[in-house]
Amino acid sequence: MNHAPPALVLDDVSVVRGGRTVWSEGTLTVAAGAVVGVIGPNGAGKTTLFQVMLGLLPVASGRVEVLGGAPRRGNRRIGYVPQNYTAAIGEAVRGRDLVTLCLTGGRFGLRRTTAEQRARVDRALERVGAAGYADRRMAELSGGQQQRIAIAQAIVDDAELLLLDEPLANLDLRNQHEVVRLLGELRAERNATVMIVAHDLNPLLPVLTDAVYLLDGHPHHDPIGEVVQEGLLTHLYGTPVGVVRTAQGDLFTRAAWRDAPR
Amino acid sequence: MADDVLAGVRIQPNWLDVLRAPFLQHALIGGSLVAIAAGLLGYFVITRQNAFAAHALAHIGFPGATGAILIGVPVTVGLAVFCVGGGLLIALFGRRVGDREIATGTILALATALGVLFASLASANASTTTSVLFGNLLAITRAQLVVYGLFTLVVVLVLAAIARPLVFASVDPAVAEARGVPVRVLGVAFVVLLALTITMAVQVVGTLLLFALVVTPAATALRLTARPGLVAAIAVGVALLSVWVGLVLSAVVDLPPSFFIVAVAVLLWLVARMSTGPRRGTTARALPNGDHAHSHGAVPIGS
Repeated sequence: MNHAPPALVLDDVSVVRGGRTVWSEGTLTVAAGAVVGVIGPNGAGKTTLFQVMLGLLPVASGRVEVLGGAPRRGNRRIGYVPQNYTAAIGEAVRGRDLVTLCLTGGRFGLRRTTAEQRARVDRALERVGAAGYADRRMAELSGGQQQRIAIAQAIVDDAELLLLDEPLANLDLRNQHEVVRLLGELRAERNATVMIVAHDLNPLLPVLTDAVYLLDGHPHHDPIGEVVQEGLLTHLYGTPVGVVRTAQGDLFTRAAWRDAPR
Repeated sequence: MADDVLAGVRIQPNWLDVLRAPFLQHALIGGSLVAIAAGLLGYFVITRQNAFAAHALAHIGFPGATGAILIGVPVTVGLAVFCVGGGLLIALFGRRVGDREIATGTILALATALGVLFASLASANASTTTSVLFGNLLAITRAQLVVYGLFTLVVVLVLAAIARPLVFASVDPAVAEARGVPVRVLGVAFVVLLALTITMAVQVVGTLLLFALVVTPAATALRLTARPGLVAAIAVGVALLSVWVGLVLSAVVDLPPSFFIVAVAVLLWLVARMSTGPRRGTTARALPNGDHAHSHGAVPIGS
């Protein structure tokens, strides 16, 4: 649908950490503009995939291409949302500071933040709906508000690729819903590629186009429709998963109750 | 009985002269230099969750000081070598907070044991040991002042150069690293600055009371604001005020300044704490993020 280079190309990639192979034989291509759920059980290497893409972890073998080039640290075309901040640090920093640091925090020496940088920070905060509480301390914000600040950090530099690590963890249903809607809108208006690590696919189904799933030590990539299947999900999570189709869309759910005596 | 105890506390009739004496001038300058460096670093000690390491570094300086007495070199040199060395060891072993606590504690124990050993080998008298543990601001010499001036200058200049990346790496290390900020190098640089500051601060308030200059002023400032630059400025102000008021009080009643410096710092912290009320989470509960209308689309209910 566009002619930009793929967001991610893996060509027979394997990743080793601390002497242990995290995953191997990764061969896949994620097209620009896709919204990708990265799924798999704990320890399967979902965050590791992000670290490879961010240039923080070299691969043991194979070739990786991110946005048409080799992965490198400090790639400003990638916006990254890691998992949550600790409360101790949240006491000492405002949301606005975190977003500003994404623009200016790499610079050495004493330099003032320019008016143009301030304007960009304001735009990013407004876009995610965080302008009203950006001057409060992070520790004073709810989980949903913190997540919006984190997303503002990721988009303040007009990133073309957003990597979000469990953005819906610890959010209530309504906040999950709103963050998902925001991600869908951001993708549409920027034609950005979005990759989301998640344990629960349900809230993301309205926006996902693809899934990368880590199964039996290898990354796989499929359109989302082919991933939401009882057999595959059951195998993936190692627990019975049923798929229920509703008028609004697909819903997959843990279905252990089927085995329970009644 | 109480009268006997209080007999030790009385106002010196000549305290104005004491304030003008050279040793007190030295103390004032030395204490101010330490206050500046400590105030500037406090924000980072707190955000990097390095409070234990800061405390430990002060104790790691103890064998440095007694060892210096043993081999006959200036105490400042021994302190600096051990503090910087200990800081680098902690940075090397403890990359993660959990590892760091263990590495710090272990190095701390070894250092304290060495300190006791050196002290006994050097047959250092009790007052020398006491001055390391509790500080002896009134004994600061002109030569020490020169060293303090240099240390503080290094802290200020390096901090000015690395301030922004260091703030980024301290409050948001994961994103900072992804953004290409050299998080580990900055961590090592910070530990060296901290070690230099602690080398000075140990001689002002001693290893046991060092917290009051390195952590407490920044904690006071953090009650009032979360802007990093402003926190540093207020922390420096609080630390300076503590040193100045503490010194004057100690001259007036002729008792060791360490107590008064720490007392003022802690008092300011208590005032800031009580006047700003409980902080964490109160506003978040009062104001749920309700600025968004209901959204559309097909999101299934529950799982």
